[in-house]
Amino acid sequence: MTGAALLGRLGWQSLAFVRAWQDPSLNTLIAAGAAALVVIGAVAVVALITLRGQWRRLWREWFTSLDHKKIGIMYVALSFVMLARALAEAVLMRLQQATAINAPGVVDAEHFAQLFSTHGTIMIFFMAMPFLTGLINYVLPLQIGARDVSFPLLNAISLWLTAAAAGLMMASLVVGRFSTGGWSGYPPFTETGFSPGVGPDYWIWAVTLGSIGSTLTGLNFATTIYKKRCTGMTVMRMPLFVWTSLCTSILMIFSMPALTVATALLALDRYLGFHFFTNALGGNMMNYANLFWLFGHPEVYVLILPAFGIYSEVVSTFSTKELYGYASLAIATIAIAVLSFTVWVHHFFTMGQSANINAVFGIATMAIGVPTGVKIYNWIWTMFRGEVRFTVPLLYALAFMMTFVLGGLTGIILAFPPLDYLVHNTLFLVAHFHNMLIPGLLYGLLAGYHYWFPKAFGFRLDERWGRVSFACWVVGFYLAFMPLYVLGAAGMARRSSEVLEPAFRPWLLVAGAGALVLAAALAALFVQLWVSVRHRRANVVPAGDPWDGRALEWSVSAPPPEYNFAVLPHVAGRDPFHDAKRKGTAYAEPVRYAPIEMPRNSAVGPILGALGGWAAFALVWQIWWLAAATVIGMIATVIARSFVRDVERTIPAETVARIERDWHETLARSAPTTRDFETTAINRGLAQVLA
Amino acid sequence: MSDPNRGRAAEIATYGIGYGAALALTALAFGLVSWAPFAASTTVRIVLGLGLVQIVVQFRCFLHITLRKSARHDLQLILFSALIIGLMVSGTLVVLLNLHHRMM
Amino acid sequence: MSAGDAMHPGLNLGQTDAETHARAGHDLFGFWIFLMSDAVLFALLFATYGVMLRGTAGGPGPADVYKLLTAFVETVVLLTSSFTFGMASISLKHARGIAPITAWLGVTLALGLAFLAMEYNDLATMVGDGAVPARSGFLSSFHALISLHGLHVLAGCLWIVVMLVQLCVFGRDGRVKINMLRLGLFWHFLDIVWVAIFSVVFLQGLAR
Ligand code: HEM
Ligand SMILES: [Cu+2]
Repeated sequence: MTGAALLGRLGWQSLAFVRAWQDPSLNTLIAAGAAALVVIGAVAVVALITLRGQWRRLWREWFTSLDHKKIGIMYVALSFVMLARALAEAVLMRLQQATAINAPGVVDAEHFAQLFSTHGTIMIFFMAMPFLTGLINYVLPLQIGARDVSFPLLNAISLWLTAAAAGLMMASLVVGRFSTGGWSGYPPFTETGFSPGVGPDYWIWAVTLGSIGSTLTGLNFATTIYKKRCTGMTVMRMPLFVWTSLCTSILMIFSMPALTVATALLALDRYLGFHFFTNALGGNMMNYANLFWLFGHPEVYVLILPAFGIYSEVVSTFSTKELYGYASLAIATIAIAVLSFTVWVHHFFTMGQSANINAVFGIATMAIGVPTGVKIYNWIWTMFRGEVRFTVPLLYALAFMMTFVLGGLTGIILAFPPLDYLVHNTLFLVAHFHNMLIPGLLYGLLAGYHYWFPKAFGFRLDERWGRVSFACWVVGFYLAFMPLYVLGAAGMARRSSEVLEPAFRPWLLVAGAGALVLAAALAALFVQLWVSVRHRRANVVPAGDPWDGRALEWSVSAPPPEYNFAVLPHVAGRDPFHDAKRKGTAYAEPVRYAPIEMPRNSAVGPILGALGGWAAFALVWQIWWLAAATVIGMIATVIARSFVRDVERTIPAETVARIERDWHETLARSAPTTRDFETTAINRGLAQVLA
Repeated sequence: MSDPNRGRAAEIATYGIGYGAALALTALAFGLVSWAPFAASTTVRIVLGLGLVQIVVQFRCFLHITLRKSARHDLQLILFSALIIGLMVSGTLVVLLNLHHRMM
Repeated sequence: MSAGDAMHPGLNLGQTDAETHARAGHDLFGFWIFLMSDAVLFALLFATYGVMLRGTAGGPGPADVYKLLTAFVETVVLLTSSFTFGMASISLKHARGIAPITAWLGVTLALGLAFLAMEYNDLATMVGDGAVPARSGFLSSFHALISLHGLHVLAGCLWIVVMLVQLCVFGRDGRVKINMLRLGLFWHFLDIVWVAIFSVVFLQGLAR
């Protein structure tokens, strides 16, 4: 076999280290440093696990687990790793723009282009999506009183496909170069004529793998919500987070295919010489823009809706009040979901369609602001005259409300086509969408992380470091992005690796400082985790209800048993656990425990993930034998699995009884906490109920 | 009609009716194109109409989608999908054909 | 809900197997959602085809490459396979042994393969005549749409083979039944997509 048949396009030159060795410059050294971080990080993790002899345990209890709670935790862990990388890249970009004012700066133009492409791709597909999928995974079954999602194995497969795609993003740092086509990957630039290297292929396959995972996740969640709600939980009694999860899932199911079509057709162009988006022979790149944004716009609501759900839960819990205007919130969520399919053209107002078409889509875009505004009022009215407790999650909710409204206002400016003509493709747009996504997504997910962490791990997160981190996220955001509005309005183009206008310098310096504060915010988050783990004994909440919660997830121990509920609950209202506590029926012990059937662990998820990851890698480097072998391997795995009949495992009634009695003993030993001591060591997770 | 306990003969009959109707609709559509009794644009319109009817027939007879209450979730899903597909396809055609027109 | 209600699209087991019937209501809903997502995929390829119809770039156009007769035969073959699958579902529900089921499945498989062979022959002829996807945007979109449907049929055929083996190994157990019901939805769905293909692609392209 010749080398090309064996290794495709892969060669020594593909390695970032070799490039830095042959041509040492600040630019290549930064690239090699990033690659070294990936390699050293991976080696360190592997070594640590091996030294501690934890492989077997990890494999048995985590990797092969089908438990929605563990899968959820793994998703969130993945998203934190990816957040760290993408944030580092953001800081580097800000550094570049602040230093490259009529000067070369730290990285060259091609490297800068890779930075914004990976930053955007990772933030959307490998930070935001896994984070929200992880939280929904963890919380959804608990909130609807179910033992797991509808298809636990499929859930694991989605996780591992997503992880494989994230792995591919990491591999692109070490071998080869990533795309320079931005997160949207527009052809014809990403066609072979202009980008002959592997970059766009990395982008195509990472995104495709991830979007398949998300489609499967969406259908899994939607089925779970439709079919697995506990008795009595009618649609209008679902917690709001379940509502937003449902709408997010529906958006995933119907919008992800558009992305898959866009990337698949681009792949056909690149690999087989088709002419979908080329300049010649009847290709039309506008078709790509159209397909991409058919996905892209619903996607932003996929990202934002779960955060809306989290804010609803958080605001209501920490105001000790029923959510104001539940029905209107639910209806607004549905309205946003449907409307989000009618506005995609606003992403390319300037590409030449007639003014009438732009007008229609501009008006539709402004219309989406209405249900969103409704929600903001609902949250405000929920807090009105409530006993508001300013815990970390609530602080995030407040910062969100103020900041998000600002972003919404600039959105209305962009929705107006004549104005969009002036500021499109400038930093004004970059400021706008970060102004939506950071409060509307990141703050929300972080609020959810703080809110549900005690449920998942049995102890609270350190409150002080939480506040430090919160302050940094907020201050950093304003410093980093408000200047971009000014710069954008002054005409500075986005994706610029060099700046020719010295007057921009002060603004760019402020934005750079803001990025550093944001980096500090993430660091504070990690410190918080470290401190909280060290002091976990002081902060345990085994009884399970640290915040005087309202929905069913708080009615079980923290962490919950693997079967979630010893007896599946019946509900008769909207805030079932809140009501049960007031009626004194919470924590009632059942007369008898029954055995519980749970899915057995399965290696199919990790196997499919590994094969999928290698298949993608092989396609990127055109190693055809490997691609064929791994794809056949995936099909064979699925078929083999369909022959496995022993897929369930029974937890005997005695085991259930023992676990539950232990918990009830803990409950009996715990002193109820009033809300004043919620964030102190007194809080053991049993809420003092006042009438 | 989509009562799951109607018995075997009735079920076979449903598939049979569906098969017959689909065959007839197919033959009609192909026949119209083959013998071209109408102008091309009229033919296309009729053919697309017949295709739509056949899709409904197949949904009804092969997939047993009905208006019964117990089958509502599935029907809702189809209608919602039809709405989204309609939005996406018609939007795509309008926008891109408009662009095409303006580039000529 | 009881065994007297329809719980999912496609043939329902009802009282012939109340337990599996109840589970199918849950399991098939997920698959039904998947099919709807797949439908969006096809719909977007149709839209792409519509947009690229004029992008022939001086190469062959629809009327030059489509053939009415083979399209008709392929349609009848696929439609018949949808009917025979229906018969397989009915035997799955009512028959005692597995023989009638495997027989009907075998017929369906044969028809599916015949369809694929004819389609392959069509595409090969086109390629031989120079109507390759790389020739023009129009041909790209045509080949992509037809091949995607073809790949689905191929996957369906593979699935039928797996089902035949499972029927022999496990008989008519609950999971085999549910998988058969899923496969049924998939197979009928492919025929529905084909209706759209022959109407929008072939007949529209050949209408004079
Ligand atoms: C947390 C602090 C963040 C900072 C400092 C930051 C910074 C930046 C910078 C400097 C750019 C390039 C702007 C340009 O084109 O000149 C950028 C682009 C982008 N960011 Fe962020 N970002 C942050 C968070 C996020 C988050 C949370 C998301 C999404 C969930 C996100 C999504 C994007 C996207 C999609 C792009 C566009 C990439 C492209 O041009 O293709 N960012 N960001
Ligand atoms: Cu948008």
